[in-house]
Amino acid sequence: MSEKQSALSQDKVNQVARGIRRRVLEHTIKNNGGYLSQACSSAEILAALYLNVLRLGPVDSPIVPARFPGVPGPNNLNYFTGANYNGPKSSEYDRFFLSPSQYSLVLYAALIEVGRMAETGLDEFNQDGGVVEMIGAEHSPGMEIMSGSLGQGISQAAGIAMARKLRKESGRAVLFLSDGECQSGQFWEAVQAMAFHKLDNILAYVDINGYQCDGKMTTVMNIEPFDQRLEAFGARVFRIDGHDVAALTRLGQLEADGRPTFILCDTDPCRGLPILERLVPKLHYVRFSSQEDKQGYLAALEQLFREEGR
Amino acid sequence: MEILTRVYAHKLVDWAKDRPEVVVLSADLTSSVEVDIFRDTYPERFFSMGVAEQNMLSFAGGLAREGFTPYVHTFAVFIYRRAYDQVAVSVAYPNLPVRMVGFLPGILSPGGATHQAIEDISVMRSLPNMTILECGDATDVESVLDVAQAVNGPVYIRALRGEIPRLFPAAEPMLLGKARTLTRGSDLVLLSSGICTEEAMRVLPALQAQGLSIRHLHISTLKPFDDPEIMDHIARSRYGVITMENHSVIGGLGTIIAEKMAEAGIGKKLVRIGLQDTFVHGASKNYLMKEYGLDALALVRAVEGMVKTNLGINEQNLASAFSAAVHSEAKADAL
Repeated sequence: MSEKQSALSQDKVNQVARGIRRRVLEHTIKNNGGYLSQACSSAEILAALYLNVLRLGPVDSPIVPARFPGVPGPNNLNYFTGANYNGPKSSEYDRFFLSPSQYSLVLYAALIEVGRMAETGLDEFNQDGGVVEMIGAEHSPGMEIMSGSLGQGISQAAGIAMARKLRKESGRAVLFLSDGECQSGQFWEAVQAMAFHKLDNILAYVDINGYQCDGKMTTVMNIEPFDQRLEAFGARVFRIDGHDVAALTRLGQLEADGRPTFILCDTDPCRGLPILERLVPKLHYVRFSSQEDKQGYLAALEQLFREEGR
Repeated sequence: MEILTRVYAHKLVDWAKDRPEVVVLSADLTSSVEVDIFRDTYPERFFSMGVAEQNMLSFAGGLAREGFTPYVHTFAVFIYRRAYDQVAVSVAYPNLPVRMVGFLPGILSPGGATHQAIEDISVMRSLPNMTILECGDATDVESVLDVAQAVNGPVYIRALRGEIPRLFPAAEPMLLGKARTLTRGSDLVLLSSGICTEEAMRVLPALQAQGLSIRHLHISTLKPFDDPEIMDHIARSRYGVITMENHSVIGGLGTIIAEKMAEAGIGKKLVRIGLQDTFVHGASKNYLMKEYGLDALALVRAVEGMVKTNLGINEQNLASAFSAAVHSEAKADAL
């Protein structure tokens, strides 16, 4: 890629990232609350994944979410997952897994921005009988495993990566994780198994925004030095500024080297929305304290629209 | 009585030969759960997962999503107690064909309360999509793989290992949802599962010699449980029904029968032999069965209570039971 092309591609990623923040803020205002800081911290990661990293097949046109098909079971023939938003499955294509389902709204916004979900899809957000759920599940747009119980996403993705190895497929298992879930024992069980079984077809981006439900992670349960811990477990680890689109893109193109790859993305949970800073350290789920408070977010939304040139 | 050794170990290897989709996962108990020959025969289909059951269950879910049939092996207790959320979310909800093979169920483990699965049926039965099978002899062990493999969804198996008796004809395999009829009769219905069936068989001739007519059925499918004939037999019985299981009386076979009888409006007496809402400790199978009332004499006392007669049956009147030595040659490790 030439320098000019690379700059253009970065502009496009930044544009999608702005769109993700704006859409999530819009919906947070509409719903009087939402997982807003997650959009601020991960917008560039998801934008870079969908535009520059993931090798996915196309979708014919932006998909309109179907109604909930019922839970899976031996007699439910109408069951579907949300994998089709990521294009058809094929041995050379990557598979994408969102591990913290609490980021579902961010993923939905990303899918709209990259033309994989219809814009009207978000009208279904959190609506009874729909699949565009607040904490999505395998039937939700862009999702295909059960990852709402934190720590289970990585193990399921590792099983899928193992299956792809057994079938000698070239496509990778690309995983998005958040830092809080990396406190769980199962996460570390999975990392040791991925290293032991040499699952180098796993590429994991971790959004390290430093906050979790109870507050600042270092006051809840410390995981640092996270990079050194992962390296000691046998992973290939990179630590970058999670808003650096060029770095996010470049590390998504590495050749496999026998180890699972972790890209630790240090991020700012208030990025692009400085109004959130007043909530520190309780950033996990944003609610409005008053009408005046809400007005501040409406003003921030207008600012985002202006930045997008809309 | 024919005694067979390492039935599961050999059967799995033969059975999986032409089934490349079958993969085996083990959590550091490979010899103890009889998958060592599989490991040595098909190393490319064997995955050592270490003492990390939560990852193992979710990992198996991932493999199953891609068209493989993972057979997860460890002691029964470690599947549902250590990885219940993973079983529920990564396996049961998506209705994936993961086969969880649990060894040393109930008092079969001399390893004490930490190793004894006494409420596994109760817990696993509550999970939607779950099928539960339990082996009672070598024939069951030989045929359980075919039964499990035909199920569209997850299966939990209470398996047997080491030296095990053949109680049922080798040519009569376990069938899904079908009880084995061992004796026919109309005074009492006796429903037994797992190792309790052998105990019940020891005492049947002595009971029959007292003029009792007993319909004894061996139950190997605990969920789904929808054999209508069983309810018919109970409804037509003179005294009622006795259940006998190597499990807590809460949530297992006895509870299943109680629920079914209540729903069918059958007003017969039900006596549940099993662990009476108690934990157990580490000791031999024979000791624990006697001490906690799971053995043949416990069944005699239950029958006497039902027919309100002292039958005068004691240990000398019972057929002998097979009992493997605690440290038999067929057992690889300490447990």
